[in-house]
Amino acid sequence: MPLRAKVASSVSRTAAALSRAAGRGDGSVIGGWIGLKIDPDLLAHLSAGRAIALVSGTNGKTTTTRLAAAAVGVLGRVATNSFGANMPTGHTSALAKAGSTPYAVLEVDEHYLAQVLEATEPHVVALLNLSRDQLDRAKEVAMMAQLWRAALVRHTNVRIVANADDPMVVWAATPPPNHDHRIAPPHVTWFSAGQRWHDDSWVCPECGSTIQRSGEQWWCSGCPLRRPEPQWTVEDDGVVDPTGAWHKVKLQLPGKVNVGNAATALAVAAEFGVRPVDAVLQLGSVTSVAGRYAQVDRDGRNIRLLLAKNPASWLEAFDMADQAPTLLSINARDPDGLDTSWLFDVDFAPLRGRQVLITGDRAYDLAVRLEVNDVPFQHVRTFDEAVRTAPPGRLEVIANYTAFQDIRAELDRVN
Amino acid sequence: MSTESLRIVWIYPDLLSTYGDRGNMLILARRARQRGMPVEVMEVRSDQRLPATADIYLIGGGEDGPQALGAQRLLADGGLHRAVAQGSVVFGVCAGYQLLGTSFFAKGTRCAGLELLDFSSDRGPTRAVGELAGDVDPRLGVPALSGFENHGGRTHLGPGVSPLARVTTGVGNDGATEGAWRGKLLGTYSHGPALARNPALADLLLRWATGVHQLQPLDDTWSDRLRGERRAAVAAAARA
Repeated sequence: MPLRAKVASSVSRTAAALSRAAGRGDGSVIGGWIGLKIDPDLLAHLSAGRAIALVSGTNGKTTTTRLAAAAVGVLGRVATNSFGANMPTGHTSALAKAGSTPYAVLEVDEHYLAQVLEATEPHVVALLNLSRDQLDRAKEVAMMAQLWRAALVRHTNVRIVANADDPMVVWAATPPPNHDHRIAPPHVTWFSAGQRWHDDSWVCPECGSTIQRSGEQWWCSGCPLRRPEPQWTVEDDGVVDPTGAWHKVKLQLPGKVNVGNAATALAVAAEFGVRPVDAVLQLGSVTSVAGRYAQVDRDGRNIRLLLAKNPASWLEAFDMADQAPTLLSINARDPDGLDTSWLFDVDFAPLRGRQVLITGDRAYDLAVRLEVNDVPFQHVRTFDEAVRTAPPGRLEVIANYTAFQDIRAELDRVN
Repeated sequence: MSTESLRIVWIYPDLLSTYGDRGNMLILARRARQRGMPVEVMEVRSDQRLPATADIYLIGGGEDGPQALGAQRLLADGGLHRAVAQGSVVFGVCAGYQLLGTSFFAKGTRCAGLELLDFSSDRGPTRAVGELAGDVDPRLGVPALSGFENHGGRTHLGPGVSPLARVTTGVGNDGATEGAWRGKLLGTYSHGPALARNPALADLLLRWATGVHQLQPLDDTWSDRLRGERRAAVAAAARA
């Protein structure tokens, strides 16, 4: 590593430690920010010599990254940005902090995938899904798929692990028709992790025709784009690998969506040569991920935290939550996106029959939504009031990003 | 009303449903049912024929590509024009508002609109993102508009339409006026969705569709609190 990079890396680690010691955060961003100021190529230097996997998509990337890091861990030490700091500053911090490791598994914000591909030259990139998120500023879904596609065409030797169930991802992972045929197309392994949310992929990104669906199959009515045959699939509570062997997956994380995330993690690990039979044993070691799925006991209530940031992830959260009293908390601060209209893209009907409490900066937006959805609810002013209002036993908490962080802070930054 | 039930058509949810547009359909249907009206709701996708006999047509927001495609298909289909000629109500939001006019810009080119309302839209210097509020045309008998806007367009009204509101916060058409209406056709840049934050606007559409001038009042406690909270937030932001 050049001297400048060494200095930058060392200063970066110190800043991160100071940030944690000062109680101002988990230090996963500030260190990288300072390091990159000293050496803008620091991420590339820190990546050199490591076999790297990138994990990107709208939803599930933090959890899938944690599971994939556990699976790749069979081979040796793995650097990872486990706090969900998923922009280049977070990657820089994570790699600097880990020191020299043979492997790294990095979660990447979908907007930064092109830049991080360039800097890290990964061995494999996992593409999970693309759907609407933070409507007031995020790129339109089709535009994001286009950016991914353009970036992947420039990196034909990266191995792609991609979701066969999402037409936007399949299109992004497939070279455009005018692709130079002298260059070998990238190697793609398809997985099927299921997709509940279809409302951002009714229109074919290639030709504009309607996407048809029947069961798990989908195809474009106007061009050859269709669901590829996946090599990795979910069956019951296990994963079927490309040889057809079924592996039982024992997770400490709830919901079918996490079995799908496990399938993706096993597929990523397999690209490094990890046998699924070895990797699957590691997945049960993951308990909670930056507070997500964490359980805390307070005043006789067993509180479980579920993060839901956008319509697709709300549907997944309802699937994970038990039939128990449920607190919903909604904010619309900068990190959440200022627009709450997405509440009407979510069908809250699965909550009927549960005791529903609502809170957060934008509880009234949620109240209007639930009323139209025929879901009875009770408004509470604070998290404490919610805990007092719910009966003893399980209390499910589903919150969007800053609302989740507020509640996590009340619970002493539980991880 | 054309038949014994109120027929509401949501036009092309596969193309134009970006900002919670389903909410407008759900709220209209609910407020009609609460008044004892039987309601029939239809979601018509862009590969289907548009029935010309519904009472209310809703068109939502969308990205450039789907907006241009939606306008093309509506022009080719002709169903909406027949419905308007027969006196149906049309409510367009954002992209769905723009395409009711004579022309709009999408993907850098001027596209033909449906020419149902006298206005045209082009691109503004900046994207308008944030709270949108305004005083509604007094002839409509609706309290202040409350909404959220997110669009890059500017809309220029012709003499054949009236603005829906005078802007007090946000941009709307051009920073001065917001939305447009004529007869039983109404468009707005406001989502949120618009009818969740403006139940009186939903009732206006229901009055137009049914010809009933006095609708039974409903319990709007939560919408009122939401409107009050948003009004306070806008005022606080203006002071800051």
